[in-house]
Amino acid sequence: MSAVDTVRRVLDTHGKLKTPAGALTEDDDLYAAGMTSHASVNVMLAVEDAFDIEFPDELLTKTTFCSIRSISSAVEGLLEAAA
Amino acid sequence: MRMPTTITATKDARPLAERVAHVADIAARYAGEVDAAARFPAEAVDAMRTTGLLGASLPTALGGEGLTLAQLGSIAAKLGAACSSTGMVFAMHHSQVLSLSRHLGGSASLAILAGRIASEQLLLASATTELGIGGDVRSSSCFVDLEGDKVRLIKNAPVISYGSEADLVLVTARRNADSAPSDQVLVVCDAANLTLEATGGWDTLGLRGTASMGYKLNALVAADRVIPEAYEAISAETMLPVCHVLWASVWLGMSRALVETSRQYVRSAARRSIGSVPPGATKLVGLIAELERFEALVEGLTARTESLFDDRDAMGGIGYQVSINNLKVTASELVAQVATAALAITGISGYRNDGQYSVARIFRDAQGAALMVHNDRIIANTARLILVQKG
Repeated sequence: MSAVDTVRRVLDTHGKLKTPAGALTEDDDLYAAGMTSHASVNVMLAVEDAFDIEFPDELLTKTTFCSIRSISSAVEGLLEAAA
Repeated sequence: MRMPTTITATKDARPLAERVAHVADIAARYAGEVDAAARFPAEAVDAMRTTGLLGASLPTALGGEGLTLAQLGSIAAKLGAACSSTGMVFAMHHSQVLSLSRHLGGSASLAILAGRIASEQLLLASATTELGIGGDVRSSSCFVDLEGDKVRLIKNAPVISYGSEADLVLVTARRNADSAPSDQVLVVCDAANLTLEATGGWDTLGLRGTASMGYKLNALVAADRVIPEAYEAISAETMLPVCHVLWASVWLGMSRALVETSRQYVRSAARRSIGSVPPGATKLVGLIAELERFEALVEGLTARTESLFDDRDAMGGIGYQVSINNLKVTASELVAQVATAALAITGISGYRNDGQYSVARIFRDAQGAALMVHNDRIIANTARLILVQKG
């Protein structure tokens, strides 16, 4: 499963989106799709758990969690740094 | 006994931050082993030598880097976060370096000696306490005994931290056989010119790597190794303020490490129960607030000391002495409180001696802060000071 697929699965469980994550493009605005800032914390925790990573403080911003692509690329960056 | 070091400083050209990170890495790697075996953190101190950190507090004119107290405090905190004992050795060493370098009193031979701290990366220890005087470091029974052009010193010291590892030991003693107990001088003794007969071991709850054993010290050194200035002034203007600022910095670093472990623990708990805020998170809020108070306290007293450092009257003044005494007491209480809170947050994971969320070692180390120069004694001294303080 690619990072994008895992992020979509996490969003379906924790994102409180109005539409399934599969119906969104990678660049659609997740906040516009219904994700609250409270839900984004749960998304962050679940993404950390799914990939066994921890977001450093500098990545804990609204922009990191604004789209499927931004989350996936942050994850990939952290996985590369850990490799 | 450790022989005078033969390592000559090879200039480590890396920026200070990189050198400190390197020493902290090594300190962290050996921290568990140092604690388990109650042994001196030799690897970390060797790393201080090779990176030039042992001479860093000396002014550039004496071959050092002229680091400010704030810079020294920042290093002490980073080392303390990695290994409490290593941090304390760094703090005690530099309090001795500055006690010498700031009180040379125009003596050429003492200036040359101070320069050797940088060029040869010498490690300094201190022998201030003495058996039979009730733990008061401002009082001595032993005395400087003139033997020709040399002086003899015989002192029964219940504690000399890392004494057998030091290249130079700074020893307090009465000025001569007829002097009052409080008429003290500080004598700089080379390891080569003294014998240390161990009188007790160091198997303690925490800070096990400081190897603070008891010794009968017998030194025969050149008479010009007696710092001419009275110890009373050295103590008030340098040794006590620098000790308290750097110790508090080490304890702050230990506290940061405890808070970081607590934070990681709470986040991992949150990942297991997404949607609910784990109980530890609320406690963590209080802990972070406490750490912020601690940061502000240390930063404030460091800056105040820095601004007064060359004003002898202000440094010796009651107002400042009260504040710098209170810094030690308050900081030692804070690190113990942070440790207790970190243990409550991390629970059994923190209580364990192993595992990534263990806070056990630092918890034990933290208990020593209030006892090394007992807070009760410091508070009693401060109480005497405020009786005569005006405003």
